[in-house]
Amino acid sequence: MRKGGEEELDVFFNLTLNGLATGMLIFLLAAGLTLIFGLMDVLNFAHGGLFAWGAYSGTWLYATTGSFIIGILGAVVTGLILGLITERVIIKPVYGNHVQQILITLGLMLVLSELLKVVWGPNQLSATAPDFLKGSFELGGIIIIKYRLFIIAVGFLVFVTVQYVLKNTKIGLVVRAGVMNKEMVQALGINIKKVFMLVFMVGSGMAALGGVLLGPYSGVIHAEMGMEFAILAFIVVVIGGMGSFPGSILAAILVGLSGSFMAYYVPDLALAANMLLMAVVLIFRPQGLFGWKG
Amino acid sequence: MSIQLKLEDVETYIGQFHILQGISLEVRKGEVTVLLGRNGAGKTTTLRTIMGLNPSTKGTITFNNEEIQSLPTYSVAQKGIGYVPEDQGIFSELTVEENLKVAMKNESDRTKERLDYILNLFPDLKKFWKKPGGLLSGGQKQMLSIARAYVNDNELLLIDEPSKGLAPIVVEKVMESIIEMKDKTTIVLVEQNFMMASTIGDQFYIIDDGQTVQNGAMEVLKEDDEMRRKYLGIA
Repeated sequence: MRKGGEEELDVFFNLTLNGLATGMLIFLLAAGLTLIFGLMDVLNFAHGGLFAWGAYSGTWLYATTGSFIIGILGAVVTGLILGLITERVIIKPVYGNHVQQILITLGLMLVLSELLKVVWGPNQLSATAPDFLKGSFELGGIIIIKYRLFIIAVGFLVFVTVQYVLKNTKIGLVVRAGVMNKEMVQALGINIKKVFMLVFMVGSGMAALGGVLLGPYSGVIHAEMGMEFAILAFIVVVIGGMGSFPGSILAAILVGLSGSFMAYYVPDLALAANMLLMAVVLIFRPQGLFGWKG
Repeated sequence: MSIQLKLEDVETYIGQFHILQGISLEVRKGEVTVLLGRNGAGKTTTLRTIMGLNPSTKGTITFNNEEIQSLPTYSVAQKGIGYVPEDQGIFSELTVEENLKVAMKNESDRTKERLDYILNLFPDLKKFWKKPGGLLSGGQKQMLSIARAYVNDNELLLIDEPSKGLAPIVVEKVMESIIEMKDKTTIVLVEQNFMMASTIGDQFYIIDDGQTVQNGAMEVLKEDDEMRRKYLGIA
């Protein structure tokens, strides 16, 4: 029999791992959202729809081909393509008009959700992890669930890669500059609209990756999952600071951990936890944790 | 001397406001042309219209014999026009190095040569190479903004009020650097500081209520007390 102290430690580590995994999924959704808002000044309420499309297309591809890797790659490609179409057809005509952006992207969110039902049916689909990511292992007396660790690793890898690109490449430099002053970037001879398109596609690809990873984590996927996670992602964008990529991962981890711990220790407050966290951050730092002060 | 930039009867609206109501001017290659006028006369909007940031609704803008008034801003810049905005447009979270790198179209020997030249002209930029642009002083920001516009092989620089908000000693430094750059590039300068404008400028245009009302050699304006009093409010 395990002692009480060991059990508590086990619970603590599992809640932490659970919170980090959830945080990474939210990060994948929020990272694109924050860059799209920061650079393009676009409020994209359809971002969750791309997350859900990633989940469905990836799960379907995995089930069809038997390869989880193909499922993941397929989801990302789906996200990139849908992102390209969305930016060119839906977003481009409403640049600079927030009201129109909200209306059209909310509409698109509904259309994307309904299209999922048209293609894959109205029922939720089950999603499982591949054999090599099923189960758990013990490390120093703590039981670690493999798939959660996998999500954390993928999220971290995406963060490091994107951060490297933002910090060390010309296109990254342009994106960071564009978040601060779009007009000046153009005055330096850079076609910001091409950069917009690229960022939108990459953001959509990351959202789709988050979607396909969520499937085996929650066990089932459904057409409305995008909206549920999009709300968390918007909270993360606000907490982290609009346009801040590092801010989005820190805020996503905070939201993931607070959700995980609150659900276990104070379940009645679990739903309010994220809002409270956002309120506290906004009181002390209205521009968010890493937000750029205009 | 050949005409490098020409504006013919240019009109621009910002929202419902008719800001430029007929701007015509010619900028000769290798000269510094100064746009003068009272606050709100339309000087800044003229530069922004040339850059395509506030597109014109009427008239033509010709650069090196090519009409550019319909081009997007990035294409205007690619033609070889550098822009130093009134607020300097510094990317505050990027370092001095990154601010310059984002502007550099390539890393050719020519670009590196120009970078070396401008860093020698503004040694402070070298000193604060890794410092975020937002933490520089007003004068350093101005130097960075000018350096950023110059670093590419731009044939024409549009510089908007470089002395604004700067201490006199810094104004002098900025003025010296512009005089130094005169030999290498054509400049259109918007400037309220008449001492600076008259020291640097070869030609002048006075803009009043969105129209060009007077122009000529700077020497003429220096001598004409009445014109200065009437349009600039200075004797």
